[in-house]
Amino acid sequence: MEAGALREALRRESRARTLRALALAAPLALFLLLTFLVPIGALLVRAVDNPEVARALPRTVEALRGWRGEAAPPEPAFAALAGDLSAIDDQAEAGALARRLNSDASGARSLVMATWRALRAPASEGNAAVQAAPPAAGARAPLLAIDPRWGEPRFWEVIARNGARWTPDYLLAAVDLRRDAGGAIAAMPPEQTVFRAILWRTLGIAAAVTLGCLLLGYPLAWWLATLPARTASRVLILVLVPFWTSILVRVAGWIVLLQSGGLVNQGLLAAGLVEAPLALLFNRTGVIVAMVHILLPFMILPLYSVMRAVPPDYLRAAVSLGSHPLQAFRRTVVPLTWPGIGTGCLLVFILALGYYVTPALVGGPSDQMLSYSVAQYANVNLNWGMACALGTVLLAVTLVLYGLYRRLGRAELAP
Amino acid sequence: MTSPARSTDALVVFSRVHKSYDGTSFAVRGLDLHVRRGEFLTLLGPSGSGKTTTLMMLAGFETPGSGEILFEGRPITGTPPHRRNFGMVFQNYALFPHLTVGGNVCYPLEVRGVPRAERERRAAQALAMVRLEGLSSRRPDQLSGGQRQRVALARALVFEPPLVLMDEPLGALDKQLREHMQVELRELHRRLGTTFLYVTHDQGEALTLSDRVAVFAGGELQQVDTPEALYEQPANRFVAGFVGDAVTLAGTLADSGEPARVALPGGGVLEGVNVQAAAAGTPVLACIRPERIGLLAPGAAAANTVAATALDATYLGDHVRLRCALPGQEPIGVPLPLAALPAPPHGTPVRLELPARHLRLYA
Repeated sequence: MEAGALREALRRESRARTLRALALAAPLALFLLLTFLVPIGALLVRAVDNPEVARALPRTVEALRGWRGEAAPPEPAFAALAGDLSAIDDQAEAGALARRLNSDASGARSLVMATWRALRAPASEGNAAVQAAPPAAGARAPLLAIDPRWGEPRFWEVIARNGARWTPDYLLAAVDLRRDAGGAIAAMPPEQTVFRAILWRTLGIAAAVTLGCLLLGYPLAWWLATLPARTASRVLILVLVPFWTSILVRVAGWIVLLQSGGLVNQGLLAAGLVEAPLALLFNRTGVIVAMVHILLPFMILPLYSVMRAVPPDYLRAAVSLGSHPLQAFRRTVVPLTWPGIGTGCLLVFILALGYYVTPALVGGPSDQMLSYSVAQYANVNLNWGMACALGTVLLAVTLVLYGLYRRLGRAELAP
Repeated sequence: MTSPARSTDALVVFSRVHKSYDGTSFAVRGLDLHVRRGEFLTLLGPSGSGKTTTLMMLAGFETPGSGEILFEGRPITGTPPHRRNFGMVFQNYALFPHLTVGGNVCYPLEVRGVPRAERERRAAQALAMVRLEGLSSRRPDQLSGGQRQRVALARALVFEPPLVLMDEPLGALDKQLREHMQVELRELHRRLGTTFLYVTHDQGEALTLSDRVAVFAGGELQQVDTPEALYEQPANRFVAGFVGDAVTLAGTLADSGEPARVALPGGGVLEGVNVQAAAAGTPVLACIRPERIGLLAPGAAAANTVAATALDATYLGDHVRLRCALPGQEPIGVPLPLAALPAPPHGTPVRLELPARHLRLYA
């Protein structure tokens, strides 16, 4: 009896504690849900989302089922298309369909819009003829009369391929793959491949920037870690000041410094090290220099915090045991700072993967990274599917890297 | 006393060594010190006394501002620390956390290019020497404090250095373990015959462990002597106060002869040893080890006595400490054997005997 009451009281207490914890965590959880998980979810959905054709042309899609694209489209498809297009009331919806088809087959926009307008026009002959014709008798001729391009199979192919509500095409295109006429996954023709090269370039730039940050940041972090705490925190402010300055300001600064008449080139010329100004801007050099500068604090801070925890006695001990100071450093400090190296590199690499503004401002056309293509699709081409698919590729690369880091990290840090 | 006689068996010689960190004050000043081959020498002093700086200069991690350090008769000030070939044990052990116990002990052999099989044999031997057989594959964080200490010792000894430096190696251990490790260190030193140079601020540890103790204060060497001599014949009032307990009485030197005599402010004159040849009329401090003080039975007579008043007694198990008030002095504690119980009650006038040859007078 007593025990039961006690157990009940304990359970109540524990439930209250759980509720309190949930209540405290809830605002942040909600915030993260709204600003992080929902957008990522939307991105992933958009990358495979393909509603336009399925919504606007359901009967046409049905009529094209089983058609392989090797011959002319079946007769009922013409009638179904005419019916479907006539049924679209809203110009916006027709426009969406036209844009969607146009992104796969150029010319489809004008074709669809012209046909739609012709079919919707109240007293046009075409309209009357198409609608008067019995489905079996054929709507082919009237449609061709509105626009002879309906005789080209490629427009029908596009409709047939995009008939499904969801499509892998954007994701495939983002890694230079496509579905051939039979639906099998095949490589993009060489002249159309772009994204793999851009992805490799993105990874390459991120790797170069990470390496640059590590080479510059590691000695500095070590020096900081050996300073007395008070001095170190003062010097750390110098590391952080650029961190607090707008990226645009810093990039503008680099443009001033690196241009052909800039300070760097003037200095090199004055020192007689070069004959003519070096091209430092609007190429890979400029991109890497500016990105290293911007991302350096993300390398220094984790390294510094790990190195602070490495007592200088380890180094002295290794030296007292007969190691040359450099060897002692390599064999004691470096292994003990692996976690900082890993965290710093991961941070810089992942941040660098998504860089957009810096390469856009100080890079040339061949230095643009994947996010430039994302922006291009989202802002200029209005192809959200492609933009999201490329974003998904970036996300996947990031997650894979993080997974690798976790796995390697565990092996390295295993007690 | 401050300038030890030049001896041929000196392994290490500090010769007029000065060291300053800030350019204005000396961390070590005018140090002359000989470390004899095979001895266990302890550098003892409060923090900031220069003992650790001295050790670090010998290890090569600090450079003397002036003066020379000789090892086997050769100057080593220019030798980088990794070529000095001294074993070193750090206060917090400094075991490499990313290596196993075996990896730690093998480290100095590895950097010396000792072949693997030989390395493992010697590491096992060193671990056995500190009684840690079978723990070779453990990580340092899986060991107790005492075990870590032994690993650090094994690592510092495995390459058979001619000199082992220890910087407060037992400082992080609790009292019981520390006493146990003291015995083991002493035993290890006896067995190996290697020269040990040990730094501590714990005077009890210094007296227990060492063949000789060098007492440091304010960057200067105060006295180098055997523990017994240090305790019985401190060279100055710092050593007398720092090493062991001392009862001190302030007074004025009445007679600088042999024996000298000191006049106490509350009346009474005591005979003692005029250690630093102070002149008559100067204020002196009379120091004596408490256990040399005797409580005279009522009516008994003795030389060199002083009148006092009993205050209170504290029972300490193996003896009783009687606090006594002397006119014009801080109260002093006199240890009494248990046989002397019951102690004189509060306010009782007593007479204390302070034997003249144990009463040392310092300027």
